[in-house]
Amino acid sequence: MKFSEKWLRELVNPATDTQGIADQITMAGLEVDEVLPVAGQFSGVVVGEILSAERHPNADKLQVCQVSDGSEQFQVVCGAPNARAGLKTAFAKVGAVLSTPDGGDFKIKKAKLRQIESFGMLCADDELGISDDHGGIMELAANAPVGADLRDFLQLDDFVIDVDLTPNRGDCLSIAGLAREVGVLNKAAVSYVDVEPVTPTIDDTFPITLEDSEGCPRYQGRVIRNVNMSAETPQWMVQKLQRCGVRSIDPVVDVTNYVLLELGQPLHAFDLAKLSGGIVVRKAKPAEKLTLLDGNEVELNDKTLIIADAEKAVAMAGIFGGAETGVTEDTKDIFLECAYFNPITIAGRARSYGLHTDASHRYERGVDWQLQGRATERATQLLLDIVGGEAGPVAEAVAEDSLPTASTVTLRQSKVNQVLAFAMPADEIEEILTRLGMIVEQGAEGEWTVQVPSYRFDISIEIDLIEELARVYGYNNLPVKVPTAELNMIAHDESKVTLKSVRNQLVGRGYQEAITYSFIEKGLAAQFDDKHEAKALANPISAEMAVMRTSIWPGLVKALQYNQNRQQPRVRLFETGQRFLPEGDELIQENVVAGLVCGPRQAEGWSADTAVVDFYDLKSDVETLLELGGCAEQFSFVSERHVALHPGQSAAIQRNGKTVGYMGALHPELVKSLGLTGPVFLFEIVQAVLLDGELPRFNNLSKFPESRRDLALLVDENVAFADIRNLALQKGGEFLKAATLFDVYQGKGVEPGQKSIALGLTWQHPSRTLNDEEINEVIDFVVSALKNEYGATLRE
Amino acid sequence: MENIQILLAEGKQAAEQATSAQDLDQVRVQYLGKKGHLTQLLKGLGALSAEERPQAGAKINEAKQALQEVLNVLKANLESAALEAKLAEETIDVTLPGRGQSLGGLHPVTKTLQRIEEFFARIGYSVAEGPEIEDDYHNFEALNIPSHHPARAMHDTFYFNANTLLRTHTSGVQVRTMESSEPPIRIICPGRVYRCDYDQTHSPMFHQVEGLIVDKDISFADLKGTLEQFLREFFEEDVKVRFRPSYFPFTEPSIEVDIDRGDGKWMEVLGCGIVHPKVFEYSGIDPEQFTGFAFGMGVERLAMLRYGVNDLRLFFENDMRFLGQFN
Repeated sequence: MKFSEKWLRELVNPATDTQGIADQITMAGLEVDEVLPVAGQFSGVVVGEILSAERHPNADKLQVCQVSDGSEQFQVVCGAPNARAGLKTAFAKVGAVLSTPDGGDFKIKKAKLRQIESFGMLCADDELGISDDHGGIMELAANAPVGADLRDFLQLDDFVIDVDLTPNRGDCLSIAGLAREVGVLNKAAVSYVDVEPVTPTIDDTFPITLEDSEGCPRYQGRVIRNVNMSAETPQWMVQKLQRCGVRSIDPVVDVTNYVLLELGQPLHAFDLAKLSGGIVVRKAKPAEKLTLLDGNEVELNDKTLIIADAEKAVAMAGIFGGAETGVTEDTKDIFLECAYFNPITIAGRARSYGLHTDASHRYERGVDWQLQGRATERATQLLLDIVGGEAGPVAEAVAEDSLPTASTVTLRQSKVNQVLAFAMPADEIEEILTRLGMIVEQGAEGEWTVQVPSYRFDISIEIDLIEELARVYGYNNLPVKVPTAELNMIAHDESKVTLKSVRNQLVGRGYQEAITYSFIEKGLAAQFDDKHEAKALANPISAEMAVMRTSIWPGLVKALQYNQNRQQPRVRLFETGQRFLPEGDELIQENVVAGLVCGPRQAEGWSADTAVVDFYDLKSDVETLLELGGCAEQFSFVSERHVALHPGQSAAIQRNGKTVGYMGALHPELVKSLGLTGPVFLFEIVQAVLLDGELPRFNNLSKFPESRRDLALLVDENVAFADIRNLALQKGGEFLKAATLFDVYQGKGVEPGQKSIALGLTWQHPSRTLNDEEINEVIDFVVSALKNEYGATLRE
Repeated sequence: MENIQILLAEGKQAAEQATSAQDLDQVRVQYLGKKGHLTQLLKGLGALSAEERPQAGAKINEAKQALQEVLNVLKANLESAALEAKLAEETIDVTLPGRGQSLGGLHPVTKTLQRIEEFFARIGYSVAEGPEIEDDYHNFEALNIPSHHPARAMHDTFYFNANTLLRTHTSGVQVRTMESSEPPIRIICPGRVYRCDYDQTHSPMFHQVEGLIVDKDISFADLKGTLEQFLREFFEEDVKVRFRPSYFPFTEPSIEVDIDRGDGKWMEVLGCGIVHPKVFEYSGIDPEQFTGFAFGMGVERLAMLRYGVNDLRLFFENDMRFLGQFN
């Protein structure tokens, strides 16, 4: 909320400067966003009256004006089209000092414009730093006192303070509320405006029926007849409204807005002639329509509280008035509404129609339910002063049972001490609460009974009072310490691999960590996953961020694209995070670790391996991750297709036969359609599987020599090496320690369609030396098994 | 016998002229070998009288030994010269860069997260995590933010349907922890959070770390002390810290914490407060018996301040040139 410092000081005027007040209320929880002067720095500008304005003899667009400052007459050349005889305007006399937008200043001097002498300058808003308006020179009220200092006349030594109020402090959404707070902080008295009930001069009333008394427990209305809509809103009111960010519209609307700003009570004025029968406060009927004051027609729903007359909806209660029944310049009689609406009834309604008004903002947070009488009288008083007319009596429909009740809260000294770790003195507690408008009574020993004022919707339990005490006492004045706790050990499962070590492993292998958005483009998601339909946001920010990723790959690939577009040929990225897999009615949110490599195997250098990465480079990176848990033998790679991967270069990563991830080359079609330079290799593994390791177990070391035999096998090229190795391990007997691949060869000397595999087998017995016969026997067994199973022959 | 000295002088001269181990060996054979000049002299001793013989023999042996010593020294010199020559030949440019994979690096957000986690882990907080697609109850309702609450407007929530949303904070993890465990509780909850807001200073996705401590007699003073220490340790500076009243439905009193790093400007860095008794009630903790405090901080914001990053959007562009600056 924006407010004028001067207006505030009419109510409470502590010996604190502008910044001081701003700091004070900020530190009391009313955060000040900005403090802006109402006008720029200038001096020597007075109210001037243009006595005559003649066309400049040498220039079409200039006029030569005779301007009075009340005692003398000056000739001033002026280019503004609105300069005319009789206009009262801002007159900067010779010697006046104006400021420039860049913070400098300049002095007004006697000048000659096209051979005509000019003594001073007539000013527009922007030249005085009042607004950005440069449409013409200022148009002051006809009764402005000629010769008066403009700063004094327009009260320009004022600041607009913009305070960002939290939703619990609806009570501060008015000058009166802010003044109350400033009064509390400064221990200063606040003089609220005097409101005397207006004595009715006519008997007219308009009937009011509360059909929904839950939503509207109190509704006051008053008929005012014979108003003069051609009256002007007084300058002081226009100014105050403006400084609080409200535009002047017509005198009636200005008065309701003024009271809203002054007291925090929204009001609405209807054109009585356009209402039929009487006021009914009820819920809208389904599909009932209402054209609002802004001209938009809305279709109401049955959750919306409305003000209706005998025939139709005339306003959205607490939110917006209707156009048809609003006050216009032809209005003669008005019906003034002042109501208390239940915050729960209003909350969220405005937003559901895409609306947010000064009224809805206040009603949602809670308007003082005892304020209506005072606000009605205040508005009547101002209306009679400005537009005249005759006021009828105030008619009130009220459902006492539905009105809030004044909260009474018990406050214990012991709880204050516990929460604040500070024994706030009892008299200080009583004093702060009393200043806040509460009625404090001593209860049982160490307890108070506190009655909360009707404007404090945010106080209903003990902790609410403790917060008030802390806030007014000053958060920064309260003690500081650190918690003490028992030094208990925290469990630590040694078999678990930490995510940190996974990350560090990848960093050690040259990967850079990326963080990509969890929501991606729908089409892209489908290109990388044909098994899940990615979960779509109901209100995405853009089509590129519309569905929840079912894999990290699309994000990494987009990051690759970004980098390749910026001449980064070598990209190694990894990311950890959640993916979101809809499976039937279930949603599996699980953490995964994913990586991408592309470009040269090593960074460019004098002796670097300049080949581009291939499947086995990535596989080695993946294998090191699998080894972190100490149970690499549980993992295997199985050739398996994946929609995003090259069909001949893709593998499912399995643990004990269960698929836990995929790796492979990005499908060349995708490389092409995404405009990438390939090949690109990717992996993604379920994080939990990587982190679930095993505790190492010691095996006795044998003191006896190892025996190694090398086999050169010829097999069909489609036979997987892993199958050969597994069979060898299976048939090699219990003393076979290792089966190591040391060469794979295809080419000269090997038939096309075949490949040669060189396998080293190592045996060792724990308690004796194995003899040649034993080993030869096992080897024969292995070789014949390989022959039978895979058609493998020994290479000659 | 005057021959001895002449032969010795000749031998020394020959040895000194030798330029290789082979040359030296030749000199040795020529003078000290079986048929060498000096060895031959020994054979001539028989011609001398028995009185002269021992003396002459000793002189010959002396000469032989002297020559041998010279040969040894020269041999050692030649060998070390050869070694030096070989080593000189093998000299490389040690300033050439090393070979192999270069080091990658962590994302600055991760670095910051890990740092924050570590400060709290050292004083007994454990890390708790939870789902990013969350239900309305855990994100709002159980945190004392009912559906009509104006605070919902502050959250700019991404929805899937009326009840399912992307978490707007990691506070839901705190609720889940309180539901499933008994005090004392000390946890921090790092993770991604989402708000429907995108401009230069707002990202629709960012990271938060929230913390929660619940125990007997946890006070406002403990909250102030913990966060003041944290901020000074995090920035490794004697930052000025101020606590400003604010409003969050799930804490009361609620606080925003501002820091001043010496330029006289207050910057908001985190929000916190004493856990609201209603939040305890939702999670089945007795608010009369226990108190607690909770805090939440934006990781990107802290990373920006810590490393001087000036644009939030850089964190999610994943430009290698940006990421590489944090290695």
